[in-house]
Amino acid sequence: MTIEEIRNKIRSGLPGSEVEILDPYKDGVHIKAVVRYSGFQGKSMVEQHRMVYDTLREELKEEVHALALETKVS
Amino acid sequence: MDQTLKEKIEGLIGSKKIFLFMKGTPEAPMCGFSAGVTNVLRSLGADYGSFNVLSDQTVREGIKEFANWPTIPQLYIEGEFIGGHDIVVELAKTGELQKKLGLPV
Repeated sequence: MTIEEIRNKIRSGLPGSEVEILDPYKDGVHIKAVVRYSGFQGKSMVEQHRMVYDTLREELKEEVHALALETKVS
Repeated sequence: MDQTLKEKIEGLIGSKKIFLFMKGTPEAPMCGFSAGVTNVLRSLGADYGSFNVLSDQTVREGIKEFANWPTIPQLYIEGEFIGGHDIVVELAKTGELQKKLGLPV
């Protein structure tokens, strides 16, 4: 699972979202996704994060254990 | 989900006002995100219960389904799921976590 694939998964699950992936350690494991999405409007932070997680359900089972998330209403 | 497991998880969550499912223990966290949440709680002087999911595979998997949340740590306050590491840090930054805990901001 590359960073590009993660970005694509989130973007296809949340159409119109802007996804920035940060890889501070350059290890492809401890990554952080910053997601801006109009559909976050009116949702709690937990709900916003769940919406992102839902696009990565399979991946989160194992591979991207250390995914940090930041969500913003766009 | 299995009823016995559900009751076990609910029992843990109900055992303390603040309860944390984490990897490792507050004294020896086994993952950076778990360590991050214990740091936040320590800095607030919060008294909390915790469960090391590495000690029990059924709870480790069950808690993800229970909260509909795929990652650990998971923080609960008065039985309510608050969130994982990123949310706890964010709530502490804005003072909302302190408010939920009845602590001065």
